[in-house]
Amino acid sequence: MVELTVNGVVRQVSEEPDTPLLWYLRDGLGLTGTRFGCGAGLCGCCTVHLHGRAVRSCLLRVGDLNGAVITTIEALGTGGLHPLQQAWIDLEVPQCGYCQSGQLMQAAALLEQFPNPSDADIDAVMSGNICRCGTYPRIRAAIKQAAARRIAARETL
Amino acid sequence: MTLERGRLSRREFVFAISAAAGGLALPNAGLSALAQVSCVRQETCTHNSEITAWIVIEPDDTTVIRVARSEMGQGNFTTLPMLVAEELECDWQFVRAEYIEASENIARRHVWGDMYTAASISVRGSQSYLRKAGAQARQMLLDEAAARWKVPSSECSARDSIITHEKTGRTVRYGEIAAAAARRPVPPGVMLKPPEQWRLIGKPIPRLDALDKSVGRPIYASDVRLPGMLFASVSACPALGGRLVSFDESKILRMPGVRHVLAVEGTAVAVLADSWWQANRARLRLPIVWDFGKARELTTESLRDLFREGLDAEDVAIGRRVGNVKVALDKAITLVSADYEVPYLAHTTMEPQTCTAHVTAGHAEVWAPTQNGEGTLLSVADALKLDPAQVMVHKHHLGGGFGRRGLAQDWARMAALIAQQVNQPIKMIWTRDEDVQHDYYRPMVLARQSAGFDRSGNLVGWQVRVCGSSILVGLSPDRLKNGQDIEMMNGFLEEDMAYRVPNFEVGYVMRNTTIPVGFWRGVNHSQNGFFRESFIDELAHHRGQDPYQFRIGLLAKAPRSLAVLKAAAQRANWGHTAPGVYQGVALVECYNSVTAQVVDLSVSSTGEIAVHRVVCAIDAGYLVNPRIVEAQMEGAVAYGLAAALHGEITLQQGRVQQSNFNDYRALRMNEMPRVEVVDASSGNRYTPEWGGVGEPGTPPLAPAIANAVFAASGQRIRSLPFARHLRAPRDA
Repeated sequence: MVELTVNGVVRQVSEEPDTPLLWYLRDGLGLTGTRFGCGAGLCGCCTVHLHGRAVRSCLLRVGDLNGAVITTIEALGTGGLHPLQQAWIDLEVPQCGYCQSGQLMQAAALLEQFPNPSDADIDAVMSGNICRCGTYPRIRAAIKQAAARRIAARETL
Repeated sequence: MTLERGRLSRREFVFAISAAAGGLALPNAGLSALAQVSCVRQETCTHNSEITAWIVIEPDDTTVIRVARSEMGQGNFTTLPMLVAEELECDWQFVRAEYIEASENIARRHVWGDMYTAASISVRGSQSYLRKAGAQARQMLLDEAAARWKVPSSECSARDSIITHEKTGRTVRYGEIAAAAARRPVPPGVMLKPPEQWRLIGKPIPRLDALDKSVGRPIYASDVRLPGMLFASVSACPALGGRLVSFDESKILRMPGVRHVLAVEGTAVAVLADSWWQANRARLRLPIVWDFGKARELTTESLRDLFREGLDAEDVAIGRRVGNVKVALDKAITLVSADYEVPYLAHTTMEPQTCTAHVTAGHAEVWAPTQNGEGTLLSVADALKLDPAQVMVHKHHLGGGFGRRGLAQDWARMAALIAQQVNQPIKMIWTRDEDVQHDYYRPMVLARQSAGFDRSGNLVGWQVRVCGSSILVGLSPDRLKNGQDIEMMNGFLEEDMAYRVPNFEVGYVMRNTTIPVGFWRGVNHSQNGFFRESFIDELAHHRGQDPYQFRIGLLAKAPRSLAVLKAAAQRANWGHTAPGVYQGVALVECYNSVTAQVVDLSVSSTGEIAVHRVVCAIDAGYLVNPRIVEAQMEGAVAYGLAAALHGEITLQQGRVQQSNFNDYRALRMNEMPRVEVVDASSGNRYTPEWGGVGEPGTPPLAPAIANAVFAASGQRIRSLPFARHLRAPRDA
């Protein structure tokens, strides 16, 4: 039986192996913060972290995830809001909000790779995540704000 | 999930508990008691301490403000409460927004007015009664405090949820007297504050839904979970207008989790299973026989032929006629004519169409992402042949609306008809393919325009013909005038075109097909804005005039539009750009607002468009929340740009050929220009009506780009999307 860790909790998966991680999270575990947008890895709504890397959960089969460590939007902030979530609220990024879990998970992975991302870095990493409301300018600004605050916080340590 | 649940206050459980505890007369209304807690608050019962229908103030000063319209990203859950709170003089930090239920609005004879959330109507259509309700409630609180102190209420003042008796310095909190104030009569006549005294309206008050949407809380209809719920995946006939003949459920009934395979209205099949994935997996293997019928003959080319023929047809509905355009064009020294075309467009809300329903004998309960709460209720009642009083609709925040979830209630009807056939609640979710291929599309429209100049170079005549399928015939026949859909000419009508031309005529030739057509962000103004503003640009160049100056010449008696156009041009530093950067301008009047945009772009030698900046000036009268308005303009630009660059739904044998974001592309981060919003508000200088902001940012975008592309390349783009003619950056 497949065993994986979701948001720090070890789970034994009873779903069929071809079940996409997205639907295991939503229907199996009730973690509805991860959202369905296209089912084909085209929109990024369902982005979660697999061993810290951003992945499209609609494309991953649970049968292939034995030993995987998964983090979803529900556990992005440890003991409070992630700096990106704070920036999302401060700059009022969300409009309809439906894609924002995926945007945040993608942005969090971006900051791990590029602590101080340039516009080109943001374009390169975030262009797989669609927002039909057009929140892109604020996503960009919020990523920069969160990056700056994280850098400032580290420098004061 | 534990973290978020732990933070919920008592009120946040209202959605979960009120149906069971709230004194409802409806039978079988208990299921929602067991539903997954939604963070979207809903009131299903009449509260005995409501101060006017809109406000409930708790003893701890928590101020619940009811919202009748829907939140789909445009900020209604913040701006509509702001309008009430402005007059209520409550402390904004106590405010909580809460949806009202459609069934309650009907039962209480529309005490909350219209719930319809479309046509950029929410603020402009409800600001007067929302502010009035706030003022009435404030007066009731003042009267109650004054009665307790035995002083005239005119000696008392209200501010920040506290009433003060100025002479004695006595104070009382709203929460202390709210229950008593609620029993006082509602004063009929109240004075509203003049704009210079506003303390909330016009301020960038933070959105009330930002936290929920940044931590992944369950706020959408697709997040609803009910005990014993089955999941439904559906296939509707691939040919639009075709029918279901048969299906062989024996091939999938033994697949894991599969419970039912059902026909829906002879046009679709639903597979129900224990999880959505199981349902969808089985549906893809279900053998289905369809009858495409006459729809098989429909192709983009056949439709284009139909509409092109219409441009010369005699059965024209005239929307506006000034002077005698025929005589003027006959006499004109020079004539300019051009044909334009826009394709069908899908909406692709990020949340695909979805609805959850539970139907028992004589009762239906629905969880819906709806722009139209009452419309959903009535559609479900109609589908199930129930009395409207037997239907409950729980509204959720929408994962995008854009006109898909307003008058088009096909998704609610379908969910109800599936749920009717089983004994359990069902959650229906469409795949993205289904969503793209079974939309109510913005209509494909062709336009022919002719204009003439006299010997002095004056524009003396302008004739417009548009042909396409009517939206109103299918979705709102009550709005037809003598059987004609005048709204198909929006953007050219008396009320929404400020240009003065001595001889002008716009006519519409209706050609309806089985392709469903519907409302879209900016809808008819968006295609007509493209036709009008591109053609105006052509006329300017024909005259050898600067397109901005040419427009100014046509706006001599239209100070409002002129001011907005100038505001955009000034901010954009019209006429002064870096080498290789070109500008285009467009102006559109719609939803009682005026928007002008100036686009800066480059076109590479290989034909790639890069849009650098869009300056967007808007006059909506008053801006309730400038930060939300700015977001709406950014969003409208993104929506309009996606359509202008890439958007095109095409048909073969009655089937939509696109299916997902690979072939029906949305705008992506790397294509998003900088958007600069210019507040050109004119208050009540020109009209006492307020304007909308949800849609007006979309219509000017495509023509402004087309005009800039002409400036850059000399190529006049008369049909959309640009991808047909030029390459967009991502194709490189």
